[in-house]
Amino acid sequence: MNKTDVLIIGAGPTGLFCAHQLGIIGLSCEIVDNLDKAGGQCIELYPDKPIYDIPAVPECTGEELTNNLLKQIKPFNIKFHLNERVEELKKNQNRWHVKTSAGVEFDVAAIVIAGGVGSFEPRKFPVKECEKFEGNSLFYSIKDKSIFKDKTISIFGGGDSALDWAIELSKTSKVNLIHRRDGFSGAEASAQKVKELNEKGKLNLYTKYQINSVLGDKNIETVKIKHDDGEIKEIKSDYVLGFFGLIMQLGPILDWGLNIDKKTVQVNTENFETNVSGIFAIGDICSYPGKLKLILSGFHEGALAARGCFKYAKPDEKLRFEFTTTSKAAQERLGIKK
Amino acid sequence: MAKITYHAHDNKTYTIDVQNGLTVMEGAIQNDIPGIDADCGGGMSCATCHVYVKEQWLDKLPAKEDGEEDMLDMAFEPKKNSRLSCQLIVSDELDGLEVNIPSKQG
Repeated sequence: MNKTDVLIIGAGPTGLFCAHQLGIIGLSCEIVDNLDKAGGQCIELYPDKPIYDIPAVPECTGEELTNNLLKQIKPFNIKFHLNERVEELKKNQNRWHVKTSAGVEFDVAAIVIAGGVGSFEPRKFPVKECEKFEGNSLFYSIKDKSIFKDKTISIFGGGDSALDWAIELSKTSKVNLIHRRDGFSGAEASAQKVKELNEKGKLNLYTKYQINSVLGDKNIETVKIKHDDGEIKEIKSDYVLGFFGLIMQLGPILDWGLNIDKKTVQVNTENFETNVSGIFAIGDICSYPGKLKLILSGFHEGALAARGCFKYAKPDEKLRFEFTTTSKAAQERLGIKK
Repeated sequence: MAKITYHAHDNKTYTIDVQNGLTVMEGAIQNDIPGIDADCGGGMSCATCHVYVKEQWLDKLPAKEDGEEDMLDMAFEPKKNSRLSCQLIVSDELDGLEVNIPSKQG
C-alpha cells in the first residue's frame, strides 16, 4: 500500500504542474499514467509540434515542455506509476483507497484527475470478428516478437509502428503489409525500405486495401482484404497486427459517481473540486462555464486544486499563502541552498 | 453563414446554420450532434472528428493540408470521401454541405 497525500491521475502537463504546486505547499503525491512516459498528449500526440501560447515561453515543442516540467518537479522526487490505469476507487473513512490495473494500491487523502480526454488505448479494427482473436492471434502491440518466427503475419497501418515492425519481422517471418493508400505517415526512410523489401520479394505490400474480415477457428487462418475498387483478396495469415495509433477513452472514471457531461467532469471554479468531496479534476477533462482547453488554464486549475487538497491532507493545519520568491519553507522544499 | 447537414449514424439528420469561420466540427459540437468526438479539440491530432463528405462536395472543399491524410489513416473505416471536420472552415461557399458521421470514431 502506497500512502501519500494526493494521487494525481495523468502525467500530462497539467498533472505535472499540479504535482509541483502540491510540493510547494508541502503535500506529497504520486502520479499514475496509462502511457509508458510522462507528458500526456504533448508527448503522445505532438512531441515535435510547436506550442506558442505558454506564458513567457515564446515557442517550445510538446517534448520540451514536458522535459521542463519534469525538471521543475525534480526536487520533490515524485514517484510515477507508468503503464498503469486507475481501476478501482473506494472511500475509506476520510481517505480514498485506489487500485490500479497493475494491482498497485494507494491510500490517499485526495485525488486529482488530470486525465486529459481519457487514457490512451490502441485503436482497434472496425471488423467485429477481430475481437474474438484479440490476444491470441491478433494484437495491437507486440510484447514478445519470438512468437512470430517462421509464421505469416499480416500487418495493417501506415505509420511508424506498422513500418518498423514490418521491416523487423520480415527478417524472420513472412510479412504482408496492408495500408489504405500509397502514401505512408511513417518516416520516409522506412517507407522506402518497405518498398525495397517488397520489390526484392522479402515482404508483400498491399496498398489501397483495408481489412474486410478475419477467418479462423481458434486462431486466425485467413484474412480478407478489400481494395478501393471493391476487389477482395484472401491471404493466409497466422497472426494479424493492427497499428492505428491510440485513442483516448475515459474508462473506469465514468463509474465513480462524478457529474460527467460530454466526456468531461464538472467542477467548481473555486478549487476545481468535483461533486464528490476530495476528488478534483483539472485540465482538458474538467468543464465549467468559460472553460478553455489550454495548457495555461490547466496550470491555473492545478494550482487551485492543490490548495483544495490541503484541507483533506492536513485537516488540522491552516494553509498560509506564500510566494516562492520569499517563502523559506517553499525554498526548503525545492532544495534551494543559500 | 452556411447551412450544413449532418447525417448521424442513427439515421437522424441535423441541418444547422453554422457561422462563417467556425469549423464543421465546431458546428457539430456546439449543437450537440452525436458522433463527432473531437478529442484533441481541433488540432488535427486525433482523427475523432472524421466525417464522410457527400461526393458532389469533395472537389469544392479546400484541399487537405499535410497531415490530414496521415491522421485519416488512424480514423475508423476511412474512405475516399473521408475528411477531418476540424479542417473544414465554414464559409458562404459551403452553404448546403452534407456530411455523414461514421458509426464510431475509434
